[in-house]
Amino acid sequence: MSNKKNKNIKALTGGYAVAEAWRQIRPDVMAVYPITPQTTIIETYAKMKADGLVEAEIVQVESEHSAMSATIGASAAGARAVTASSSQGILYMAETLPVVSGLGLPIVMSVSSRALSAPLNIHGEHGDVMAVRDLGWVQIFAEQVQDAYDDTIIAIKLAEEIGAPVMPIMDGFHTSHTTERIEILDDQVVKEFVGERKVQQSLTDFENPTTFGTLALQNTFFEFKLDQEKVMQKAKLAYKKICGEFFKISGRKYEMFEQYHLQDATSVIVIMGATGGTAKDVVDALRMSGKKVGLLSVKMFRPFPYAEIGAVLSHIPKIAVLDRAISFGAYPPLYQDIVSSLYHSSSRKPDLASYVYGLGGRDTMQKDIEKVFKDLEDGEIDNKVKYLV
Amino acid sequence: MNKDLTKKFSSGHATCAGCGIPAIVRTVLGATDEQVIVSNATGCLEVTTTIYPSTSWKVPYIHSVFGNAAATAAGIDAAQKALEKSGKLKNPAKIIAFGGDGGTYDIGLQALSGALERGHDFLYVCYDNEGYMNTGGQRSGATPYGANTETAPVGSQSFGKTQQRKDLMEIVKAHGIKYLAQANVAYLPDLKRKAQKALNTPGPSFLLVLQPCTQIWKFPTSEYVAIGKLATETNFWPLFEIEDGKYIINNIVKEPKPIEEFLKTQGRFKHLFKEKNLEVIKEIQKTVNENFEKLAKRAQIS
Repeated sequence: MSNKKNKNIKALTGGYAVAEAWRQIRPDVMAVYPITPQTTIIETYAKMKADGLVEAEIVQVESEHSAMSATIGASAAGARAVTASSSQGILYMAETLPVVSGLGLPIVMSVSSRALSAPLNIHGEHGDVMAVRDLGWVQIFAEQVQDAYDDTIIAIKLAEEIGAPVMPIMDGFHTSHTTERIEILDDQVVKEFVGERKVQQSLTDFENPTTFGTLALQNTFFEFKLDQEKVMQKAKLAYKKICGEFFKISGRKYEMFEQYHLQDATSVIVIMGATGGTAKDVVDALRMSGKKVGLLSVKMFRPFPYAEIGAVLSHIPKIAVLDRAISFGAYPPLYQDIVSSLYHSSSRKPDLASYVYGLGGRDTMQKDIEKVFKDLEDGEIDNKVKYLV
Repeated sequence: MNKDLTKKFSSGHATCAGCGIPAIVRTVLGATDEQVIVSNATGCLEVTTTIYPSTSWKVPYIHSVFGNAAATAAGIDAAQKALEKSGKLKNPAKIIAFGGDGGTYDIGLQALSGALERGHDFLYVCYDNEGYMNTGGQRSGATPYGANTETAPVGSQSFGKTQQRKDLMEIVKAHGIKYLAQANVAYLPDLKRKAQKALNTPGPSFLLVLQPCTQIWKFPTSEYVAIGKLATETNFWPLFEIEDGKYIINNIVKEPKPIEEFLKTQGRFKHLFKEKNLEVIKEIQKTVNENFEKLAKRAQIS
């Protein structure tokens, strides 16, 4: 258990907290390129380097495409290599993201999620990370600054254990630029927790020269993809195990999703990321007035815990899924996955509603969440996507 | 095959008959006895040497995407520095990036520029076959004026590419790197000497190597050396190097052959010999002369 006497409490923004986690994790290489609202991570880290607090080689690349490319080169060479990005940056490097997962490189990219152009908007939304959700990266969402810090530490251990890249995600501005009270672990505790990267194959193993990034034709390509799928399935078990270990050093418990007053709930909201905090306040308030409401906050979005979520939601009569992303001409992404979870876990057809909120940094207030619960209570549920504008 | 030649890059690869790329790769890799790591852009070299489960590479090799050979090399450089500092790597390798002209002049130019500007310790080798040959012969920023390509084809209203090639040597030079050279697969001893120099230069270095493509330039597979030689003998492709900003022309051709001697060997220029296109040949000759004069001046001044 954590040593309660030596709690190291700080007031940090999400961006600074992630940089602080990186300082403690001690990557060998970090590629840095600015984009709002991620920049606070890399500039904080660069200052740490300037002040002699970190040893990592910083590569000041000329684009996000090169940020991930350099990270790939470094990781393939046996280094613990990381980077950070947002929005257009993630889409600019998108070409290289399936290369990372295809090569099985344990790269971690910290993300402050943000809307996509056009029109230009620098504020929080999940449109960027949803656009790259099927590229073989593990995606983990943070609700608050403490999660953003903890997720970073968990992410590097997870990536290196399963041999797949991990994207810890916080909501741009709402988490990345908000100062919160968080507990920082001791440097030595983090160092021991993450350990050293165990390299299987590397470009710097000259005795066993390896070819990374082959050309696979019709006869072999399919099997490569099936192997990646096996790794993603392994990620769930590994995440559970690592979260268990993390609990021992921190006293903070993480799971693939958080259940908040689900047991006896009749109306439940499913959500991801920062707005989960607002929704919890609403649940608390409504519970005080006797309403049986609850919340499920998804933490691990890829791989998606279909069976596990289906099992806990299948008894809930009314469910609203809140997506902070729009999927033009289709149901939004989290909603689609919740439908799949329910379809395969129960023969019951629950009352299910889809809401899109918070695009381009639009505030989602308690009254918006209250409105969703009220819709559920009133039976205002149909197959149309509703927008909390 | 000669065991020395296949020490780092094996026989049995799938490049076309009459392709000079393997000779370029072997010459460059053979220019050092130190360990090397290769970063390769998508292209002819990559697809013909890494067909799973085989590989032609007996040295560590990575291919990522089309435009990022230099950025990948930059990451390897950073990793080697970090691993050396932490005692995990004793002898860092020489890092060599290979890309075609598409991967260098065009889609990879930004990544190359960034890596040169940051001063990474690596050699970038562009094998320049003057177009997107792996995808069947489309025009690139390296395709010469008047050439027939799939995306700038000859037709009743077109004589092929209407723009001049990009001067990549000057672009690279503008980064202030210590050593860069223009070479030609038809002159392997010259290429080897330049590769040795480049690999012994701390920081970034660059080689631009002409690679006549039998398939898309359209000439018999036995002719790539002869055509490469004509490119230099006509001053279309002078051999030169820039060392610490100083230009050195390596083979001053006393009596340069007319450009027709080079053009007439290749199907991609066949249309230029029609009456209506003879002006284009004149234009090409004029540009060759002007470019060489510019180079000669630079060589004298510096």
